[in-house]
Amino acid sequence: MSERNWLITGGRLIDPKQGIDAATDLLIVDGKVAKIGKSKEWDQSKTPAAVQKLDATGLIIAPGFIDLHTHLREPGFEYKETIETGAKAAAAGGFTTICCMPNTNPINDNRSVTELIVKESQRLGSVHVLPVGAITKGSKGEELAEMGELQDAGCVAFSDDGRPVMNGQTMRRAMDYARGLDGLIIDHCEDLDLSKGGSMREGVVSLQLGLHGIPAAAEEAMVARDLALVELTGCRFHAAHVSSAGSVRMIRDAKKRGLPVTAETCPHYLALTDEAVIGYRTEAKMNPPLGSRKDQDALIEGLSDGTIDAIATDHAPHASDEKEQEFACSPFGIIGLETAFGICYELVRQSRLPLTRLIELLTVKPASILRSDRGTLAPGAAADLVLLALDRAWTVEPRAFQSKSRNTPFAGWTLHGQVMTTMVGGKIVYSSHTSPLTLPSPRQGEREKGGTQGGEGKVQKP
Amino acid sequence: MTSKQKHLLSMQELSVERITEILTTAESFKEVSGREIKKVPALRGKTVVNLFYEASTRTRTSFELAGKRLSADVVNISPGSSSVIKGESLLDTARNIEAMKTDILVVRHPMSGAPAMLAQRLSCSVINAGDGSHEHPTQALLDLYTIKEKKGHIDGLTVVIAGDILHSRVARSNLYGLVALGANVRLTGPGTMLPPLMGKWLTAAPGQVELITNFDKAINGADVIMMLRLQTERQSGSFFPSIKEYARLYGLNSERVARAHPDVLIMHPGPINRGVEIAPDVADGLSSVILEQVTNGVAIRMAVLYLLSGGGNA
Repeated sequence: MSERNWLITGGRLIDPKQGIDAATDLLIVDGKVAKIGKSKEWDQSKTPAAVQKLDATGLIIAPGFIDLHTHLREPGFEYKETIETGAKAAAAGGFTTICCMPNTNPINDNRSVTELIVKESQRLGSVHVLPVGAITKGSKGEELAEMGELQDAGCVAFSDDGRPVMNGQTMRRAMDYARGLDGLIIDHCEDLDLSKGGSMREGVVSLQLGLHGIPAAAEEAMVARDLALVELTGCRFHAAHVSSAGSVRMIRDAKKRGLPVTAETCPHYLALTDEAVIGYRTEAKMNPPLGSRKDQDALIEGLSDGTIDAIATDHAPHASDEKEQEFACSPFGIIGLETAFGICYELVRQSRLPLTRLIELLTVKPASILRSDRGTLAPGAAADLVLLALDRAWTVEPRAFQSKSRNTPFAGWTLHGQVMTTMVGGKIVYSSHTSPLTLPSPRQGEREKGGTQGGEGKVQKP
Repeated sequence: MTSKQKHLLSMQELSVERITEILTTAESFKEVSGREIKKVPALRGKTVVNLFYEASTRTRTSFELAGKRLSADVVNISPGSSSVIKGESLLDTARNIEAMKTDILVVRHPMSGAPAMLAQRLSCSVINAGDGSHEHPTQALLDLYTIKEKKGHIDGLTVVIAGDILHSRVARSNLYGLVALGANVRLTGPGTMLPPLMGKWLTAAPGQVELITNFDKAINGADVIMMLRLQTERQSGSFFPSIKEYARLYGLNSERVARAHPDVLIMHPGPINRGVEIAPDVADGLSSVILEQVTNGVAIRMAVLYLLSGGGNA
């Protein structure tokens, strides 16, 4: 009996690629979708006998989520996250494919680093980990990295994320060269001169807190430059973690003019504004920084009208002692894999984004940016999928995260839309039944017995 | 005692009642500093630690004398550099100091929010003695005290704060205190240092806070002029073209003082750059209350230490 044969019944399949949103059963054979429809109507003689049954009554079945923007920290910063813990976090968040950024140590600017990541993820046999290679050697913004080698070794795109290519000529060459490889350039759009010394978005809140501000113009100036270079070179270009209304406007215009441009934003820009920093909360410090309510509205509009193609997490793990510093010293970045769907689903609950669009932004759209055939559950596709309990409320409990790090601004938030099961190629890589989120909590018991609040250090590892 | 009264982190969070309480308490402590034996036993047995990550003569000495005149045990620590360079984190350093049973930790730090971060995590009282570009509450309190002492009241006065508003913790703290007590505040400085959104979050009466880039216009009829120290290294950040031009456009000289109310008070938190933001004859002139600010600083810090250790209105 194949472990990768499943009959999933009773669920509601949402697959935007196929235009399906209906009660649908799925037959999975050898890790691939064999049939969708009503299982009772199927010819039972053609169904393999050795099929495991999965009851998805009341659940949404969606293609597994695809994250275009993850930081896995391995090699080099394994104390923050490893490929293994990052993959576990991804699975717990419903992601079946993640693209990891090259700002490791060493930087993923050569074949050996790429191969290390690919091999490790194959060894784990969990979610797909697709490396993003550096644009320039050491991400120093000077000489081009060996993009052809990187692509050959498995890199799906190129980016100097976190250390944007400031030199316009270098970026122009990178785009021309990447176009020759039919490659994709992803840019973290930030003018480092305009953002220098800043630790949050410039505005009324930064003035109150006396923190050096990063103006929205730091992102917008670089988006403008990159779009001009896309027009010049014709290179496929993807704007990472777009956070400002001005960027949305320029990308919308570029798309109207037919430039090969795509864009992503992140859940935190949709859920928070710069006010989340008040109290010098370093867990709300990331780059680009949280913007204003106007930016938030523009981003949601961009998600609705197709200007923004994908929601990516920018999952950026950091150790607690790194985050627990003076605000200006604390590193940029928050984790997001395990909260992404729940945070974004709030927009659906507020009727600001249709559920099918949200699923599209997490599945087929990022897949198409990667030119991948994933992101759908059409017959023949890999059975990368997620089962979601939309009505199920859960509380964000950082200690229960699969990620090695805890740096989330959403601790204690009650979210809806819990990931119940994540499957990659027909193999279950996450099930909420075996996760600490729904296990009878040992902490709960201790409290009832009159133990002290918190019970730090007594969390049982799954 | 409420948590807000346990620490003094900012003027923004102080109520008018609390400000008044501190000013009133300071009056009686000012008298102590005028005695032959400048000491009262109010804080005997208490430990006050001054943790200064930034060079400071005035503020550190002022807190030290305030603690000693209240009979507290006072220890000064100046790590000399910020935690990043030193290797031990600010939080670790502070936890070690707290472990020696410190009652009040007075913190000066070049980074905004550092005292607030400690206050959230330590059980002792934390006083912000100036954090980055954020706040310097005891400076504002001593400024309010000085104005009240000289003018008899604060409400209705027109107070000009001039200079590098963007980076100034003194400007922010005074803005909160002055607006709370009913003064009209004019903020003035070069366009690079006077962000148009400054103070826009305040619930002030219409016109109570004005932003004026022309220094001469800002001074017209003013009751108080507070000059801010120019950090000359800002020139390399292109905030102003030269010290000479800054002095010409934003330096306070006697011709400019003549535009103000005849009884104008000239204030400066120190240390002053003579000939840059303030002409020597103005700094030393009859309208200047710069040294009285320093004197009152000790009384204000005595009041704050006393109130935070649980003392009632003296």
